[in-house]
Amino acid sequence: MYASGKYSSRGPALIPRMKTKHRIYYITLFSVVLLGLIATGMFQFWPHSIESAADWTLDKRSVHDAPLVRLPVSSPIPERGDLSCRMHTCFDVYRCGYNPKNRIKVYIYPLQKFVDELGVPISSTGLSREYNDLLSAISDSNFYTDDVTRACLFIPSIDVLNQNSLRIRETAQALTMLPRWDKGMNHLLFNMLPGGPPDYNTALDVPRDRALLAGGGFSTWTYRQGYDVSIPVYSPLSADVELPERQPGPRHYFILSSQTAIHREYRAELERLKEENGEALLLLDKCSNLSQGVASARKRCYKGQVYDYPQILQESSFCVVLRGARLGQAALSDVLQAGCVPVILADSYILPFSEVLDWKRASVVIPEEKLSEMYTILKSIPHRQVEEMQRQARWFWEAYFSSMKAIGLTTLQIINDRIYPYAARTYEQWNNPPVVKWSSVNSPLFLPLIPPRAPGFTAVVLTYDRVESLFRVITEISKVPSLAKLLVVWNNQNKSPPEGEKKFKCPECTAIDGLSLDQTHMVERSECINKFASVFGTMPLKVVEHRADPVLYKDDFPEKLKSFPNIGSL
Amino acid sequence: MQAKKRYLILLSAGACLVLLFYLGGVQLPAASRSRHDRSRNGYRPDQPWPHFSDPLHLFLPWDQTDTEEYNLHISPRHKRDVNTSVYKGKRCRMDSCFDFSLCQKNGFKVYVYPQQKGEKISESYQNILSTIEGSRFYTSDPGQACLFVLSLDTLDRDQLSPQYVHNLKTKVQNLPLWNDGRNHLIFNLYSGTWPDYTEDLGFDIGQAMLAKASISTENVRPNFDVSIPLFSKEHPRTGGERGYLKYNSIPPFRKYMLVFKGKRYLTGIGSDTRNALHHVHNAEDVVLLTTCKHGKDWQKHKDARCDKDNAEYDKYDYKEMLHNSTFCLVPRGRRLGSFRFLEALQAACVPVMLSNGWELPFSEIIDWNTAAVIGDERLLLQIPTTVRSIHQDKILSLRQQTQFLWEAYFSSVEKIVLTTLEIIQDRVFEHGSRSSLMWNSHPGGLFALPQYSGYLGDFPFYYATLGIKPYPKFTAVIHAVSPLVSQSQPILKLLVAVAKSQYCAQIIVLWNCDKPLPAKHRWPATSVPVIVIEGENKVMSSRFLPYETIVTDAVLSLDEDTVLSTTEVDFAFTVWQSFPERIVGYPARSHFWDSNKERWGYTSKWTNDYSMVLTGAAIYHRYYHYLYTNYLPTSLKSMVDQLANCEDILMNFLVSAVTKLPPIKVTQKKQYKETMMGQSSRASRWADPDHFAQRQTCMNKFASWFGAMPLVHSQMRLDPVLFKDQVSILRKKYRDIERL
Repeated sequence: MYASGKYSSRGPALIPRMKTKHRIYYITLFSVVLLGLIATGMFQFWPHSIESAADWTLDKRSVHDAPLVRLPVSSPIPERGDLSCRMHTCFDVYRCGYNPKNRIKVYIYPLQKFVDELGVPISSTGLSREYNDLLSAISDSNFYTDDVTRACLFIPSIDVLNQNSLRIRETAQALTMLPRWDKGMNHLLFNMLPGGPPDYNTALDVPRDRALLAGGGFSTWTYRQGYDVSIPVYSPLSADVELPERQPGPRHYFILSSQTAIHREYRAELERLKEENGEALLLLDKCSNLSQGVASARKRCYKGQVYDYPQILQESSFCVVLRGARLGQAALSDVLQAGCVPVILADSYILPFSEVLDWKRASVVIPEEKLSEMYTILKSIPHRQVEEMQRQARWFWEAYFSSMKAIGLTTLQIINDRIYPYAARTYEQWNNPPVVKWSSVNSPLFLPLIPPRAPGFTAVVLTYDRVESLFRVITEISKVPSLAKLLVVWNNQNKSPPEGEKKFKCPECTAIDGLSLDQTHMVERSECINKFASVFGTMPLKVVEHRADPVLYKDDFPEKLKSFPNIGSL
Repeated sequence: MQAKKRYLILLSAGACLVLLFYLGGVQLPAASRSRHDRSRNGYRPDQPWPHFSDPLHLFLPWDQTDTEEYNLHISPRHKRDVNTSVYKGKRCRMDSCFDFSLCQKNGFKVYVYPQQKGEKISESYQNILSTIEGSRFYTSDPGQACLFVLSLDTLDRDQLSPQYVHNLKTKVQNLPLWNDGRNHLIFNLYSGTWPDYTEDLGFDIGQAMLAKASISTENVRPNFDVSIPLFSKEHPRTGGERGYLKYNSIPPFRKYMLVFKGKRYLTGIGSDTRNALHHVHNAEDVVLLTTCKHGKDWQKHKDARCDKDNAEYDKYDYKEMLHNSTFCLVPRGRRLGSFRFLEALQAACVPVMLSNGWELPFSEIIDWNTAAVIGDERLLLQIPTTVRSIHQDKILSLRQQTQFLWEAYFSSVEKIVLTTLEIIQDRVFEHGSRSSLMWNSHPGGLFALPQYSGYLGDFPFYYATLGIKPYPKFTAVIHAVSPLVSQSQPILKLLVAVAKSQYCAQIIVLWNCDKPLPAKHRWPATSVPVIVIEGENKVMSSRFLPYETIVTDAVLSLDEDTVLSTTEVDFAFTVWQSFPERIVGYPARSHFWDSNKERWGYTSKWTNDYSMVLTGAAIYHRYYHYLYTNYLPTSLKSMVDQLANCEDILMNFLVSAVTKLPPIKVTQKKQYKETMMGQSSRASRWADPDHFAQRQTCMNKFASWFGAMPLVHSQMRLDPVLFKDQVSILRKKYRDIERL
């Protein structure tokens, strides 16, 4: 812009000296050049405005416009996941390389529509809204790169969240068609409902070579620790229902069971618990005679009485989350959202994000076999611990469960932490809710150490221009045996510090007392304190009523035998 | 036509410029800068993942129909049984290879097989076994046991080693309680031998758990095996050396940035990384030295670099480097783990791990990112850049954490073994297990017993971390040993004075007197509840029982003849609120090393320092009652009971072992000393010449059990802010303390 302005100012100065015939010709030519320049300038300065216009046209795009890819019957099938895969064996770390931000670059494949030779799609649903949300969130995040050559992690746009809607073999074939598949190296798949009848495997059945799996429902036998990521099963109620956060504390019910497909053996067990403990337990089931049009997912019943789900979860201290055909249950998300402490009964289940989240502070895990002892176990938990767990549960939901975005970005952060472990998020960052982060005190010198005397101390003396006073301080302090170094900070620009070893006599200085008694001085200092407290957002200073003295301070004891006899004798 | 020419030139120049801009060969500096800024802010110029406008299918996570179908065909119990029978051997997990029912009745008890005649046991393994036998988990009755430990030495399974035990397979199979290794724990330090060093132990371990050094992530069975550190024969059985960090220096950089000194393997497994180290060595602050001189015939394999490397190697002293480096490289050796790991940890030299696939020691509970840098062998060349990029605040914290972890879990065989057992116990009783915070912050998992409470705020250690405060009141526990005969007895005065404290919630009188309980009306009327408890067996240790009636975090422990004013109590309690993990009290005592007798000495003289505060008048956290009762061995507690002495010394040992800090003495009225040592019932106890000698003996006995002297000296006394200052007494809040 600056350049073009310069040209236009020079132009008119020359023009009057020309013949009119040529003038029009040149003016036209010149304005073309000018326009070109301006356009260039625009292009350079606001490139994104132009591209976002292109984006806008993309926005209009429909999933049906995705290019069609026909899978030949004979196209290769990846190997089943290798259970021994770990980051150092199956992950190509060179693709991530060293970067000062310690952040991995993630590439998302453009959407394609895979069909078999007969034109039947590999998935009955195609791209789901949730997977679309997940991919958009990643593409909006700092992890995203559109440069496939710089990517460290690749995410296929093939939606495998729900295995039920997939044709296993064809989906696997589609994966190998991805241009950078390379045995699944550095590829990440998201799956929340794994397995199918009759066995319901606990990991996605689609063969996937070395691809990492972010799975919701791993058991200890399918989860490759340090390689896969255990994720929650997203509950759409997270987005549909707003449950206000409630203060931790006792609730109307002690234990609530709200799942509808509980095995009859377990339901019988729960009924027995209910008989023994009465009102403290509420056992809900699905409603048998709901009027048409009422979303059955949002109602629960007990003996004909109808309750709103998930709102009812907020009325209980503990909420049972039992395994179903699968280990991962969407109910866990609802329970956390309600700030109800989940009681998880799903043997061998790998809890969501267990690599970084400390579930012991937010949940109770009980072996399925001990369902009958649940009440006794929960009763033994101190009230204050229950409250902490309620708060912690809600925080986990807000930070890590509440949206597909939260789930996706948490997964990427976990993988990022593995690749740059020295820059990994800390336990406190992952687990402390904001209220704790604000109020907790974590000293940078946390090791209980009593340092030896040998290194001594450094005295730092701030001075302005009261040289007499300064020299008096220096003389006194240099008598101290453990003084290692004395540092004088000369805080006066108008005067250079005194040189040499001039001898000063101590004058009668009363200035110090005068200073602190000065009324304006005190007012100023009060203002400082208020200003600092407002910047800190809280008052970090603490009041104590004690003072440290030597053990024998002012004791009726021979002064000679005291280590610090002169203290307090001023 | 000069002007025309000029115009033509100008025009063509302009056109060229435009062309250049379009081709992108020249960019306006402003524009290129702004683009750069955007990328730094995380802005991306485009967003190829489109926001699809058409309605998409919803993901429905409810597997209700699946589950209903599934439930029809399967019984949960049956399903569990199937898992148990399928997942064996390499796929063992607690769910499939461990019998939880053995632990239900008697809790977590560990049985050690009796040692068989003629079986050699290495010193290290002997240390492991005696640690277990001396621990509170031990049982000599296999019928009570939850976990079984072999008396056959399985530590060294390298066939070429002299410690190798032969025919282990048959010996193990013949054990009557073996039961295919179910609920057995096998310790191992070395497995496999040259050249491939496999992780197989050379006998069928069945369903037994492994506590093994150098275990790999591929072979470790998650939450079943335990990765333990490699330790040497010289590793002390108990106690152990402190960490080398004596004080924090800021900035935290040391003479060297990164060091290593060790063998280089010319061939075979584990040689790659060490062979490449010289690329990173710069002989200045990154000093990585290797030698080829090891083994019998190194000359045969020696390569071109050997002589140069060997010469450089001899120039540096390992110890000097270890203590003067910020980071210490810990590359894999033949096996994944190496001694260097523990050496670096103790030396407060932050370990930089280069051992791909090593399941780090106790990785189930320790967050190693807080104390080490986990490098990748494949990225060796990036290591110097990586460690240089670590901020000094982080280095300071990493370094302190090395010291915490070393002292909490690694400094002795005892700690390593107990940590292993506690990890397994936490799995067995999962709903009452430690959170990661308890394992990874001071004082560590061995001192934070989850059976006491699952709530972190019930412990004295986590208030600051959680941003909470202890309960603002205390419970007084008065230890009564003499019968109530007159209304002027000190105990009654004490009761009244303590009850007047604004912080007093309740008073418990522990009746450890042989005479029957006095009638209720004999106790003075107070504003706080007075609860009288009849002491269990009337023994000394009962004063430290974790009574359920103690509902406050703070306990004010009192002897019956203690003389205290309400002001003194109030002041001590406000001090305790600032130091809830320490003992805060009045009369103090000190220990010293008597070099003539080569033993610890005890002194009650007024000196300039102290290391103990008597629990006849002290405030501390109620958790220490639990710890005293459940952590300390019966041998020490019964010694205290038999002597009816030393309980206060033992409590001070315990608290200082936990906190690594001295107790806190607060100021007291001077008359206190006289009463303490003078008249009344207590006199008999203190006047007894044996009493003092007993206390010396106790000190030495306790120190030997702790493996070291945990007491720490202090020269500090805490006084009220205006204590004995030359200001009007009316301005002082705790003026009674100064008045005689």
